[in-house]
Amino acid sequence: MIALLLRDLRLAIRSGGGFGLGLAFFLILVVLVPFGVGPQSDILSRIAPGILWVGALLACLLSLDRIFALDYEDGSLDLLATAPVPLEGMVAIKALAHWLTTGLPLTLAAPLLGVLLNMPLQNMGWLVLTLGLGTPALSFIGTFGAALTVGIKRGGLLLSLLVLPMYVPTLIFGAEALRRGSEGLEATAPLLLLAGITAGAISLLPFAAAAAIRINIR
Amino acid sequence: MSSFWEYANPKKFMQTSAILLPWAAGLAAVCLVVGLIWGFFFTPDDFRQGSTVKIIYLHVPSALMAINIWIMMLVTSLIWLIRRHHVSALAARAAAPIGLVMTLIALFTGAVWGQPMWGTYWAWDPRLTAFLILFLFYLGYLALWAAIDDPDTAADLTSVLCLVGSVFALLSRYAVWFWNQGLHQGASLSLDKQENVHDVFYFPLLLCIAGFVLMFVALVLLRTRTEIRARRLKALMARERMEA
Repeated sequence: MIALLLRDLRLAIRSGGGFGLGLAFFLILVVLVPFGVGPQSDILSRIAPGILWVGALLACLLSLDRIFALDYEDGSLDLLATAPVPLEGMVAIKALAHWLTTGLPLTLAAPLLGVLLNMPLQNMGWLVLTLGLGTPALSFIGTFGAALTVGIKRGGLLLSLLVLPMYVPTLIFGAEALRRGSEGLEATAPLLLLAGITAGAISLLPFAAAAAIRINIR
Repeated sequence: MSSFWEYANPKKFMQTSAILLPWAAGLAAVCLVVGLIWGFFFTPDDFRQGSTVKIIYLHVPSALMAINIWIMMLVTSLIWLIRRHHVSALAARAAAPIGLVMTLIALFTGAVWGQPMWGTYWAWDPRLTAFLILFLFYLGYLALWAAIDDPDTAADLTSVLCLVGSVFALLSRYAVWFWNQGLHQGASLSLDKQENVHDVFYFPLLLCIAGFVLMFVALVLLRTRTEIRARRLKALMARERMEA
């Protein structure tokens, strides 16, 4: 399992793209938003939580089809499925590798981009906390979507369509917790709900994703 | 007493549905014609909403159906995954486009009613948002069916999607309540008599709902029958090619 994790991480970093793509997209989005809505700092700081969350979500979406597509094409997915490791565990490792190469860098880069959007420095803790709690859920939900569409040629659009409505609760609770936290309001409830979604996604979705992969490579 | 499961046999299903289909279609037509005419022309205008109140005869039944069709798809998907009856998977597939259209009707009639009443076609109200998300789920479900060639693989994958999607649809429904407080009024119908709409509107509304349910039953039977025939035709053509 650890070997698989290291292999996935190495592939993501070395083959270029996968690792940098999400981050680059996130950066581009955050840089472009002020040009679109104007440079007034009060507006920017008000919409910053939402922009950062939506940006992280879209950046995550961008790299989803890489989770299984390459392994499916060159046949290593069949090998992984017949390996003595349970397929559920394999899927969970894949999702973890996806989070380590997209969710985690996004979370760490977010404070820098928050400065660009005029977020006050004392709110950066909330930003990192909510993104760190929420992005694992995005990776695991996305892994399920990728497992559903792995057999489909050019399934990128379909994958986005399937995953998008499932991302809604995570986005709502994540952005709400960040907004309330930034405004100094009570944010425990959305934060706990966000953590609950992440815990549920991590513990349950690998089973659904593994079932989808078994169907696809049957 | 014959078992419910014998309808998993396509032949038995075809026989029974052939008898049921004209009855369901006919009753649906009667209910809808009577219910809509009664509702549109023989009920008084609401004293605040004027004649716009009459959109509930389309809006409430379609919204009700949109949710219940998804639940029906959930049940048939479960039956397919557990007992692998093809008719069940085909019924889920047949129901999905109808659910999509019902969601659209509910959203559209709501928008038309919302413009004069709320002053806006669209508001990010929890109920409206939950319906938009449901619409996306229907769209994704149908797109997944369309994208996969092998019918059994498609049935399996869409069933898994339906199960997981149901959890997330439910989660979204409560998440949006958390996110924004509503503009939409409470339930028009409930077992608690106090909450119901007034009797004058109530009975034609019930008739319209019955009409929508029967119309759905008729359409699902029709679409499932079409799909079974299409599969038989494919099997026949394959056999002929083998023999030739």
